[in-house]
Amino acid sequence: MTTPHLLVHDPKDNVGVVVVEGLQAGTEMLCVVTHDDSDFRLVAKMDVPIGHKVALRDLAPGDTVVKYGQDIGRIVEPVRQGEHVHVHNLKTKRW
Amino acid sequence: MKTARKIWAWRRENGRVGIRNHVAILPVDDISNAACVAVANNIQGTIALPHAYGRLQFGADLDLHFRTMIGTGANPNVAACVVIGIEPGWTQKIVDGIAATGKPVAGFWIEGNGDIATIAAASRKAKEFVHHASEQVRVECDLEELWIAAKCGESDTTTGLASCPTVGNMYDKLIPLGLYGCFGETSELTGAEHLAAARAATPEVREKFMRTWQAYQDEVIEAHKTSDLSDSQPTKGNIAGGLTTIEEKALGNLEKIGRKVSFIDVLEPAEAPARGPGLYFMDTSSAAAECCTLQAAAGYVLHIFPTGQGNVIGNPIMPVIKVTGNPRTVRLMSEHVDVDVSGIVRRAMTIDQAGDALIDMIVRTANGRYTAAEALGHQEFVMTKLYRSA
Repeated sequence: MTTPHLLVHDPKDNVGVVVVEGLQAGTEMLCVVTHDDSDFRLVAKMDVPIGHKVALRDLAPGDTVVKYGQDIGRIVEPVRQGEHVHVHNLKTKRW
Repeated sequence: MKTARKIWAWRRENGRVGIRNHVAILPVDDISNAACVAVANNIQGTIALPHAYGRLQFGADLDLHFRTMIGTGANPNVAACVVIGIEPGWTQKIVDGIAATGKPVAGFWIEGNGDIATIAAASRKAKEFVHHASEQVRVECDLEELWIAAKCGESDTTTGLASCPTVGNMYDKLIPLGLYGCFGETSELTGAEHLAAARAATPEVREKFMRTWQAYQDEVIEAHKTSDLSDSQPTKGNIAGGLTTIEEKALGNLEKIGRKVSFIDVLEPAEAPARGPGLYFMDTSSAAAECCTLQAAAGYVLHIFPTGQGNVIGNPIMPVIKVTGNPRTVRLMSEHVDVDVSGIVRRAMTIDQAGDALIDMIVRTANGRYTAAEALGHQEFVMTKLYRSA
């Protein structure tokens, strides 16, 4: 299999993880869902560092971010598909 | 079915299997550190374990101090132990606790003797213990006689994709054969506590787990927090690596316990497992050195440490094997990596293959290979303290 740019844990997830260094905006990423080895393509809209998350669809404030098929927090700033998801737009629901 | 894997290790007086052969010089209290370090300087083949506590502690905090001290000396990786304290009472209590294993142990105290006479007498005994330890020979043992703990650190998103599932795969393969496993990090299960609770072997264990987790939320987090903890959990390193929330970190963390095994008991910090082979949860801090020190004191002889961004932790008596799935960390910090599973994120290696590679490294480490942390001199020994002293 060609080396993927982005890995997604679960089909229910709305974010994926960049697994290559130096990913640049405009790259058409090969995205693989590790749960079932299915794949799809998505264009990265920003430079995103390795290990960081990319939105798989548009997300609005109040939306729950799902990874591992589980709730990992809430969106606090609008995010477009293909954009970077991190501490600037995603917050914990705990503590 | 028994595995065919064998290791060469030391079988101690109480039947437990050790994979290192230390002569430990153990201070009862902070003010005996200098004497212990002096003895270790005098006598080759010994290791001093200086720490910050042991005076004026009381209640559950004092119990934990004794459990950690006795458990460290009793660990099968320790062949013999010299204990030095300021006074005879607590020193003898620790000596007696370690002596229950049947291994050679002797106590010395400084009051009424002074450092110099104490160091002389303790050095003479330490030399005797080194001769004893260095004549013990490795014998063939079963791999699954090992007690193997796990904790992850400087985690990132690759930890949940690769290195933690690798550890989980190892546990899925070895625990059914009779291995003792252990995971902890009470705070870092927040967001995945429902999934962890579902892996308890019985309703009683599940309830004990939820009580322990809730007590941490109420007595530690809620009692002391001044913010949403976003400067501490996740850590700066976690955030640099792409982890955003405690929930996300916890879900990756929990990948360490695999898919198949249930945990059979909830342990107090440094409490030795007593329900036979299987996976245990221990109530620990998520700080690496504290967690490793508690697990070693509970009797675990080997530690598997998945890391994303490259935590460099070691332990003085328990080898710590580093596993990473982050290709950048492999590129920049290879001297700290024992098992490279970055092939997983390239889809060039399966979790099953990674688990087998980890088991190979466990066998090699048990047989004597120094871990990266051992070769680099990492000996972090950090006691957990529950509250201020009297």
